[in-house]
Amino acid sequence: MNILVGIKRVPATAGQITLTPDGQEIDTRYLGFTVSPHEECAVEEAVRLTEKHGGSSTVLTLGPEAAIDQLRDAMALGIERALLLETDGREWDPVATSSAIVEAIEAERNAGRTYDLVMFGNESADSAGYQVGVRVADALDLPCVTGIKALEVTDGRASVRRQTESGWEVADVPLPAVLTVKEGINLPRYPSLPGRLKAKKKDIEGIKPAWRDGGLEKLRLKLPVQAGHSVEILGKDGDAGTQVVELLQRLRLF
Amino acid sequence: MRVAGLPAQARVVVIGAGIVGNSMAYHLACQGWKDIVLVDKGALPNPGGSTGHASNFIFLTDHSKEMTLFTLDSVRQYKELGVFTQSGGIEVARTAERVEELKRRMASSKAWGIDAELLSPAEVKRLVPYINEEIILGGFSTPAIGTVDSLRGGTLMREKAQAMRALIVAPGTEVTGIDVENGQVRRVRTDKGDIETEVVVITCGIWSPRIARMAGASIPLSPAVHQMISVGPVPLFADTVGEIKYPIIRDMDTNGYERQHGSDMEVGSYDHRPILWDPDEIPSLTQSKLSPTELPFTKEDFDESLEHALELMPDILGDPAVGIRHSINGLLSLTPDGFPLLGETSEVKGLWSVAAIWIKEAPGIARCVAEWMTSGVSEIDPSGSDIARFYDHQKTQAHIKGRTAEGFNKTYGIVHPREQWDSNRRVRVSPFYEREKGLGAVFFETAGWERPNWYESNKPLLAEYGDRVMPRRYEWDARWWSPIINAEHLAMRDRVGMVDLSAFAVFDIAGTCALDYMQKMCVVQVNLPVGRVIYTSLLNPAGGIKADLTVMRLGPNYFRVVTGGADGMRDRKWFADHLPDDGAVQLTDLTSSWATIGVWGPRARDLLQSITDADVSNEGFAFGTCRFIDLGPVRALASRISYVGELGWEIYVPFEQGARLWDAIWQAGQPHRIAPVGIGVYGTTGRLEKCYRAYGNELEQEFNLVETGLARPQVKPQEFIGKEAYLKQRAEPPATILCTLTLDDNTSRSGFKRYPMGREPVLSPQGERVVDRHGRGSYVTSAGSGPSVGKTIMMSFLPPEQAKVGTRLAVEYFGERYPATVAVVGPTPLFDPQNTRVRS
Repeated sequence: MNILVGIKRVPATAGQITLTPDGQEIDTRYLGFTVSPHEECAVEEAVRLTEKHGGSSTVLTLGPEAAIDQLRDAMALGIERALLLETDGREWDPVATSSAIVEAIEAERNAGRTYDLVMFGNESADSAGYQVGVRVADALDLPCVTGIKALEVTDGRASVRRQTESGWEVADVPLPAVLTVKEGINLPRYPSLPGRLKAKKKDIEGIKPAWRDGGLEKLRLKLPVQAGHSVEILGKDGDAGTQVVELLQRLRLF
Repeated sequence: MRVAGLPAQARVVVIGAGIVGNSMAYHLACQGWKDIVLVDKGALPNPGGSTGHASNFIFLTDHSKEMTLFTLDSVRQYKELGVFTQSGGIEVARTAERVEELKRRMASSKAWGIDAELLSPAEVKRLVPYINEEIILGGFSTPAIGTVDSLRGGTLMREKAQAMRALIVAPGTEVTGIDVENGQVRRVRTDKGDIETEVVVITCGIWSPRIARMAGASIPLSPAVHQMISVGPVPLFADTVGEIKYPIIRDMDTNGYERQHGSDMEVGSYDHRPILWDPDEIPSLTQSKLSPTELPFTKEDFDESLEHALELMPDILGDPAVGIRHSINGLLSLTPDGFPLLGETSEVKGLWSVAAIWIKEAPGIARCVAEWMTSGVSEIDPSGSDIARFYDHQKTQAHIKGRTAEGFNKTYGIVHPREQWDSNRRVRVSPFYEREKGLGAVFFETAGWERPNWYESNKPLLAEYGDRVMPRRYEWDARWWSPIINAEHLAMRDRVGMVDLSAFAVFDIAGTCALDYMQKMCVVQVNLPVGRVIYTSLLNPAGGIKADLTVMRLGPNYFRVVTGGADGMRDRKWFADHLPDDGAVQLTDLTSSWATIGVWGPRARDLLQSITDADVSNEGFAFGTCRFIDLGPVRALASRISYVGELGWEIYVPFEQGARLWDAIWQAGQPHRIAPVGIGVYGTTGRLEKCYRAYGNELEQEFNLVETGLARPQVKPQEFIGKEAYLKQRAEPPATILCTLTLDDNTSRSGFKRYPMGREPVLSPQGERVVDRHGRGSYVTSAGSGPSVGKTIMMSFLPPEQAKVGTRLAVEYFGERYPATVAVVGPTPLFDPQNTRVRS
């Protein structure tokens, strides 16, 4: 099967987030970059599916040239090819992002490559719009299920599950389809040394989609007021053990 | 606003609770200090410094004696704390050059008494089954190598100090300022309150320059990245109990290492481009995802190291199920010369630096500095790491950045003992520089000074002297060297040579109590007539040799001290620290005011007489005296002494008149066929033939005046620093005696003549270490050519049983033993033992 996974390069933030002086961006001087944990799981799921069913996988991102780093990370885990939709670094809103992705998928279809499955993380780690997967499915007229935590593919159909307050929702989806994945669907692997070195040598295909306005306009970023911390000591020694058990029960962890 | 629990006063505040800070708090408590306060802006046990992510392994052998002693002491301490795990360690060679270098590691191991052996690739593979033995040529194995839990070790030391009721610990406390009054520490300011104190110890690793700057002092280090990754789970490691079972591998030729850590393999690299960080740009604890010293990993910089590691350990690292689970750009501290920064800062009294230190040497260094802070004396001599050693230009960002970047990729490099730096050269040049360049001077740098080591214009002398120049055919021995040095030596001894000595550090000591002060500082009698030149040692209170220099008495209470450039700033601090508080004696640094030319050789007097009306005959200008003379229009201070053992003078000229004097001497020297002579002669060949000792080689705090053969027949009645200890030393038989040896046959098995350079182990002819009653092994302290005697000369301390003329010994050099014989016991010169030339 042919699988496409979409990811987004985001800063790997620490406890304290600093903004640039103009309030427009996160100050990334001390930060590395990554993708959201949902997207990591989507990539892992794609690798597992091709390992099981054969076929090919592609990772795609809309972002600056530096996002090649995240594409190579995905390839180091076993994704076969990568596609960069290169921007000048400006933030694209979900409407514009989806539009560019749809363009790229249609261009590939015209060139003879079609996808059975298009996967995204449920949301990106920075703007968390939760829209791109749904908008892409809508534009391509494909069925879409979001927030999935289990996935099985048999005979051109996907059986998916997602979690609700009262239990599991189960859906049976004909392929091709768009699925957005939630962290917890799998435990992603770490890249191996040969994986990293192979990914390093691969070519990355790139196109430069023209800028288009979306529906959102960013005015500025603002840090939320931090809630104060307080520390409550539950107890010491043996007595504390009982308190911890009661707490875990209150949290319905067991 | 003061947070409850933070003391308002302390005997000492230690800033930084990494391995060094914890060790310092403990060792100060052991020395009897109370009211110690240890602060750190982070939380314990891991406040986020370099200790928190360190690779934690300890390789024992360093070519430096000082660093090796610190490391061995640290291992002893870690073992006592129960945090040391022995694993063994192997440095592997991929190239022929490295195979040779591993023999040098073996020699150093023998010199310092560390058990080690050279292995074949098959033997390496027996110990490390996952290594690809086909790409290595051999290994240097040290079984006693191991790893430590440095966080636990530091915690245990800190808790011991608390148990002694000597220490209060204040985590989550950030230092915001250090108040200094009249050059002395008064108070530490923190975000939780102020602490009055007169002693502050900076042990904050990469943050140290920032903290020092709060007090107006300089700690010249640069934070730098060192990359490491952790891969796993490694199936082979599944049955390991504890954290390590297999020996640690240092892949020297690729600047990488691999060490097992539980089920993971940690792979580290010093091979990438130098990535320096500004101490002011380090992220705070909350700005960092992991910690301020664990920065985001830059993959491209590590890819080459990945390939090397994969090649060396293909089975483990090439397993697709073994994943890169952790990767960081770790931050550590680098210094311009690669040695730590220890001691009281030159700028502020009471402000101590214990910075730029690796896990492997931390507790040993802390014990040394705690002893130093308590009694002024330590068991291990820290002179090579004394922070006072830096000249101003070496404290600049340009110098720090240039040298640390250049030094980084040499971490596992093959560094020739005479190798010169590339970066930041030509900072300090004498007024003779252009003349020297014109004569083809090959410049070596010392303390920032460009000094001619030899002159290419002397090449014709090679034909004149033929084989007497003792040519070297083996590339390593001939590197950073030239037979021209030996030719200059012979020319000087035949006729006359001129030497640029402007790198001397020069201080004037003057004031109403200058005589009393100098009497107290110097071992020898100082109350000699004005115009006498005094050669003396200075001792520390334990009788260890602190300095070796000359003093010219220019007036009843006026003295000029001259010492070597490399020792200049340390010696200056020693003098300055002992000046009386009332200002009755002043020290003025005149290094940049006086340039110096040495003129020596049988024709030196003829030359000098031709350009001065002053009486420079032997009766008119006695040996060991100094006076101002006019050389044409230049009035200069001539001092009749000689470190090369020839008739002649050191001539001190005001800097701006230097070139004029050079020209006058050069012109006057032409009829005598004068040769410009470099430091290759002054620092090695000349002085070795006369068995003159050098500070840092023969002279250091470890060996006393009796052992080094510098004890005079009488001890002056006046008090001086170290007198009591010195008298005790004189009353005992010496444990070891400084001797001069000659190399008998230096032909290697492959037929090359080889030339040791220093630090080689001295052994019995059967290859056994020669050890004195304190357990100190004998090693070559200096080595070089003696062209006038036609031998390679070496100096070494030997136990009394071996310290006899004619004793046959051996020197191990690159894996082979060469026979050597004791030629002189004590200070009698090999060449011209009666000193007729010097006194002529």
